Amino acid sequence: MVQTEGPPLPNRSPATRFEETVLPHLDAAYNLARWLTRNHHDAEDVMQDAFLRAHRFFGGCRPGDARPWLLRIVRNAAYDWLRANRPAEVSGFADHDPADPDGAACVEDAFHGPAEDPETLAMREAERRLVNHLIADLPVEFREAIVLRELEGLSYREIADIAGVPMGTVMSRLSRARHMLAAAWTAKSCGGLP
Amino acid sequence: MNCQETRHLIDASIDGELDLTTQMALDAHLAGCAACRAMHAGRASLVRRLRAGAERFDMPDALRSRLLATRPGAPAEPAAPAPPWRRPWRWPWSDATVADQGPRRTSGPAWALGGLSLASAAAAMVLTLLVVSPDHRNQLAEELVAAHVRSLMAEHLTDIPSSDRHTVKPWFNGRVDVSPPVPDLAEQGFPLAGGRLDYVGGRPVAALVYRRNRHVINLFAWSEPATTPGAVRLTERHGYALLHWGQPGLAVWAVSDLNRSELEDFQRLWTQAGGTAWPR
Repeated sequence: MVQTEGPPLPNRSPATRFEETVLPHLDAAYNLARWLTRNHHDAEDVMQDAFLRAHRFFGGCRPGDARPWLLRIVRNAAYDWLRANRPAEVSGFADHDPADPDGAACVEDAFHGPAEDPETLAMREAERRLVNHLIADLPVEFREAIVLRELEGLSYREIADIAGVPMGTVMSRLSRARHMLAAAWTAKSCGGLP
Repeated sequence: MNCQETRHLIDASIDGELDLTTQMALDAHLAGCAACRAMHAGRASLVRRLRAGAERFDMPDALRSRLLATRPGAPAEPAAPAPPWRRPWRWPWSDATVADQGPRRTSGPAWALGGLSLASAAAAMVLTLLVVSPDHRNQLAEELVAAHVRSLMAEHLTDIPSSDRHTVKPWFNGRVDVSPPVPDLAEQGFPLAGGRLDYVGGRPVAALVYRRNRHVINLFAWSEPATTPGAVRLTERHGYALLHWGQPGLAVWAVSDLNRSELEDFQRLWTQAGGTAWPR
């Protein structure tokens, strides 16, 4: 009557274990590489490098931690790639405390106004494009936090492990990133663009 | 909590990263401050739109094949149909219409409950128990273990410490959306220690606390209208045993460091003595 659930016992060859552990997270890994480099070709380079590193360091992957472990490798590979190819993008943006946001009312209006409107297919497509454009415009540390949180749904602890920063930094980066997004969105929405 | 502190914590609150005490202080401030409430609503709306709109790039099959071909000793694999882990997953609250318009954009449930408590080292330790889980049930199990551990560490085992079921049961009225059965199992060796409000899966839930010798059993219950009685499922996490079963309209989880057979005994006795639940 009682069914047991739990991780399968690790009684398999290392190659099989690698496949079972890493392959389910390849899409998440690629997504991160794609967002950090902002184009497919560079993401491809990063993934090749990351995949080799994953093979080499597979012994350090604890069962159950595969996704943050792999994302951390991808993240480091991406930063190495950026440092070598686009150093200006990783010049070490300072982590500020989030300022008190301005224009909250305007953001509120922009978000609560037309969402339920039936004419919205085109607007939603425009909104989707705007969202992606705004995220892509963020400095890399903030983009990384947004992608890991909003797209991968990771906890602050996991993001902190992946980015190699304290949890408090994750909290303030996310807060700051959302503040920047809200401000940029407000500028666009209240400036007349849909 | 003042406005500045509140605004500092709003994002962590939206992300479910605040401990219960801090979350309640924040809620109390929001209830009385329209400006902070507006900011909270705006921020929550932004987050919903980010999750619904942000592009999720799937790995192109060509790259996947190339990577797989570089595995030591592995032949290149032909492209296979999408395995379960590539199926779309959506934040439950994201707008289905928006999400249905294009390629999937969201993935990865991680209902991080946790402890970004400003004061509590215990909460930070609870967080270290959380690991990535492939599905919602696993994530829920992680959260429940975290809630169990937190109840033991934070000296906050019960909100209403009482071994009297007639005291504990009415206490939940108006606090959660369910009135769980509160059987007294003292004679069978599981005395009732009290009740507590907890916060799991983004909602308040009823927690009943029982003891077995020096062990504690947390029994979490919340209303789940579609639930029908079914098999009891055992899950083990971080050395804790979790039993999950359904009563009509009610989801029930028992979490403890008891050994499995004793927890199963408890489950059987509780179900027999508790009869049916009365969701309200």
